[in-house]
Amino acid sequence: MSQGDRERLPGACEGESLALSVEGLTVRFGRGAHAVTALADVSVTVPSGHTVGLVGESGSGKSTLAKAILGVAPVSAGRVLLDGAEEPQRTVNRRVRMIPQDPYSSLNPRRTIGQTLAEALDPVRAKVNRHREAIEAALTEVALPLDAVGRYPHEFSGGQRQRVAIARALITRPSVVIADEITSALDVSVQAEVLALLARLRHELSLTMLFISHNLAVVEQVSDEVVVLHHGHVVESGPVGEVFAAPAADHTRALLAAVPGPAKEAR
Amino acid sequence: MAEPGRLRWNPALVAGTVVLGGTALTIFVASFVMGDAAERLSADIAHPVSGEHWLGTDYFGRDQLARALVGAEASLLMALAATAISMVIGVAAGAAVWTAPRRLREFSLRIVEITVSYPELLVAVVLAAILGAGRWQLVVAVAVANIPATARLTANLSGALYQRDFVTTARLTGVPRRAVISRHLLPNMAEPLLIQLAATFSTGLVAMSALSFVGLGVQTPDFDLGRLLADALPSIYSRPIEVVGPTLLILLLSVGAMLVGDGLAAAADPRVSRGKSTTRRSGRASGATGQAVVADLEVVRTDGVPLVRGVSFEIGRGEIVGLVGESGSGKSLTALSLARLLPDGLSATASDLRAGAVDLLGRPSRRELVDAVAMIYQDPGTTFNPALRMGAQLTEVLRVHKGLSKRAARAVIVDLLAKVHIPDPERLLAAHPYELSGGMRQRAMIAAALAAEPALLVADEPTTALDTTVAAGILRELARIRDETGTSILFISHDLGVVEELCDRVLVMKDGAIVEELTQEALRTGDVTSPYTRMLLDAVPRLAVRS
Repeated sequence: MSQGDRERLPGACEGESLALSVEGLTVRFGRGAHAVTALADVSVTVPSGHTVGLVGESGSGKSTLAKAILGVAPVSAGRVLLDGAEEPQRTVNRRVRMIPQDPYSSLNPRRTIGQTLAEALDPVRAKVNRHREAIEAALTEVALPLDAVGRYPHEFSGGQRQRVAIARALITRPSVVIADEITSALDVSVQAEVLALLARLRHELSLTMLFISHNLAVVEQVSDEVVVLHHGHVVESGPVGEVFAAPAADHTRALLAAVPGPAKEAR
Repeated sequence: MAEPGRLRWNPALVAGTVVLGGTALTIFVASFVMGDAAERLSADIAHPVSGEHWLGTDYFGRDQLARALVGAEASLLMALAATAISMVIGVAAGAAVWTAPRRLREFSLRIVEITVSYPELLVAVVLAAILGAGRWQLVVAVAVANIPATARLTANLSGALYQRDFVTTARLTGVPRRAVISRHLLPNMAEPLLIQLAATFSTGLVAMSALSFVGLGVQTPDFDLGRLLADALPSIYSRPIEVVGPTLLILLLSVGAMLVGDGLAAAADPRVSRGKSTTRRSGRASGATGQAVVADLEVVRTDGVPLVRGVSFEIGRGEIVGLVGESGSGKSLTALSLARLLPDGLSATASDLRAGAVDLLGRPSRRELVDAVAMIYQDPGTTFNPALRMGAQLTEVLRVHKGLSKRAARAVIVDLLAKVHIPDPERLLAAHPYELSGGMRQRAMIAAALAAEPALLVADEPTTALDTTVAAGILRELARIRDETGTSILFISHDLGVVEELCDRVLVMKDGAIVEELTQEALRTGDVTSPYTRMLLDAVPRLAVRS
C-alpha cells in the first residue's frame, strides 16, 4: 500500500502511524437471494493514540465491523491492517482486545475477578498467583479494591463489573481496544463514571481505541474522530468537532437532531 | 442463572437424601456382613418368615434378605457405573459439539436429536441382546442408551452459554477449547446436570433390573435385583414373600434418587417458594382529585425488605408526569402497582390508589382495569406474541373486554394506527411481529394501549430500546396524544434528557422514595435542590457542539 492510498482513507492523519486500518471491508450474511450486506466497502483508520468514535443506529453495521476485525464475521472483501501490515487472525486477536457491551453477561458468574483477569493474561493456565502483581496493578488502574481478586462478579454493581471488563481488555496492553456500546447497559450516573474512567485511561495509557456507540453525546465526550455508519456505508467521517458542528451528510444531521435536550453550555 | 451460593435444602431433597443414603449405606454394610449368608446353601429350604430369616429362605436354603441386599449392591454398583459412563461421555460430547466447527456441529446436533428419539429402554434391550448377557454388557448397554439424553441436555445448555459474552471473550482471547469447556461451560450448568445425574441413575437402575428380569442381563450364579425377581416369579403365588425384598429395594433406590433430583431442581429454582403478590389498603383515602392518584404507596418483599417507601403523587388530566431514577430505585414497581401487575413475592399497601374513577385498591374487574390503566413496555421486541398476527393481538382488548365485534375492533385499531403515523395500517395488522421494526412495534403498542381509552397511560422506558431518531418520533407521538385526548401519562425513564423534553412535571426517585419534585422549567434551567438530582443531571452526556 502506498502512502498516497493511506491519505485518502477517512480518519487518517498525516504523519502519524495507523495502529488499525480497515480497508474496503465488505461483510455479507446469508447466501444467494437472501444475502444481506451488513458492511459495504467500509474503510476506517484509527491512528496510534487516538480514539475513533463509530456511530450509527442499530443495524447500521457498527458491531459487525468490530466482529469482522476480530474474525468472527464472514469477510467477503477487504482487509484489516495492524500497524500497516496484514497479520494472521491469531495475532490480530492477541493485539486487539474488545470490551463487550453487557457487564452482566461478559463475566463468568462462577469465576473470581482474579481468575477472569488471569485468563486474559494467560489463556492456557490462568493461574492467579503467578500473575498476582499484574492483576493487582490492573485493578488499581480501574480504581477497584485489591480484595476484588478473590470475589465473584455478583458481588459487584454494573459499573464495577464494567471496570473489570475494561481491566481485562487493558491488562495485556493491546495495540487497539474496541469498546462496543460499553455504556448503553448502564444507568446514566454509572455511565458518567465509566466515561470518566475511560477519559483518564486514554491519557494515562495513550490508548488507541475504536469506540462504538449509538449515543452521539457519549461519542463526542471520548473521541478524537468520528465515523458515521448508515446501512453499512460510511456516510461521513472526520474530527468530532467539525462533523458535529457542520455535518455534511443528511443522516448525520438527522442523528444530531434526534439527541434529546438542549446543548450544554460550552465549558 | 443462579449465583454461586449455599444449597437451599427443601423437603424433597432432605427426604431423597435420607432414603437414598440410608438404603445405600444399609446395602453396603449388609453385603459386607451378610455376603456369605447370601451364597451359603443350607438345609432350611423354603422357610417362611422367621426371626432367623426375616424374609425366609429360598429353595436352596439361602437367606432371602441377605440375597436381596447383596443383589442390591450389585444393582447399585452397576447403576452407578452406567450413570458415570453415560454422564461423562454425554456431557463431553454435548459440550464439545459447540466448540466444533459449524458444519460438524450442525451434523452432530442432528445425530444427537435422532438418537434421542429412540426410547432408552428399547435401545438398551437391543444393545444387551447384541452384546450378550453379563454384568459389564448390561452396564454398557444401559450407559450407551442414556448418553443421547445427557448429550442433548448438555448441548442445549452449552448453546445458550455459548452466546454469552464471557464465552466469546474467552474464545477471542485464545483460551484453549478444553479450558473453555471446563472453566466456562461446565461450572455454569452444574445444577441441571446434577438433576440429570439423579434421573439417569434412577432410570438406569430400573432399566437394568428390567433387563436382568427378562434374562438379558446378569446370569446365574451372579445375581442382581432383576435376576432375583425373575427367580422369584415362578413361585409368586405360592411364596409371594420372595419378591418383597428385591421390589422394595428397587423402589427405595429409584424413588430416593428421583426425590434427590426433584429436590435439586427445586433448589436450583429460587422462584418456587414465592407467594402471590397482594395489594391492600393501608389507611384513609386522602381525597385527592387527580386523574390518577397514588398515596402512601409502599411495596415490600416477602422477607420484609422495603422496595418502595411511601410514595405519593397525583397526575392531572392531560398531564405527563415523569418518574426518574436509576435501576433499583423503585420506579418500575410504582408503575406496576398502578397496573396491578406486581411480580410474585411482593406486597403493596397504599391509602389511595386510583386511576380515573376506578379504585385500584378494591377488586377491580378486568374490564374496569382496562378502563383505568394501559401500559407500554420497554422492549417492543418481547411485548408481542411472535406466533400471532398483529391484528389479533392489537384488537384483543377491544374484542374481549369491550365486547366489540371483530370488524368494529379492527376499524378502531386501523384508525388509531393511522394516528400514530403508521403508513399502511391494514398491512401491519396482517403482519407477524418479527416483520416489523422496533419503532413500528412500539407505535403499534401505543395504538393498542390507547384503544381502550384508559384514564392513565403508563409508559415504562418506552424509548430505551430504540434508536435515537426512532425514539424522538415516539416522544412526539406521546405529546400529541396528551394534547389531543387528554390522557394522563406516567412516563418512566432513567434518562433525564428524554424526560426533560416531554414531561410537565418530574418526580425523582431514589431508594424507593421521591427525593424531589420538579417542574419542566426547573429541570431545564437546572434549578434543582436535591444533590442527587444534581448528580443525575450532571451525568447526562450532552452535545457540546450544536449545528
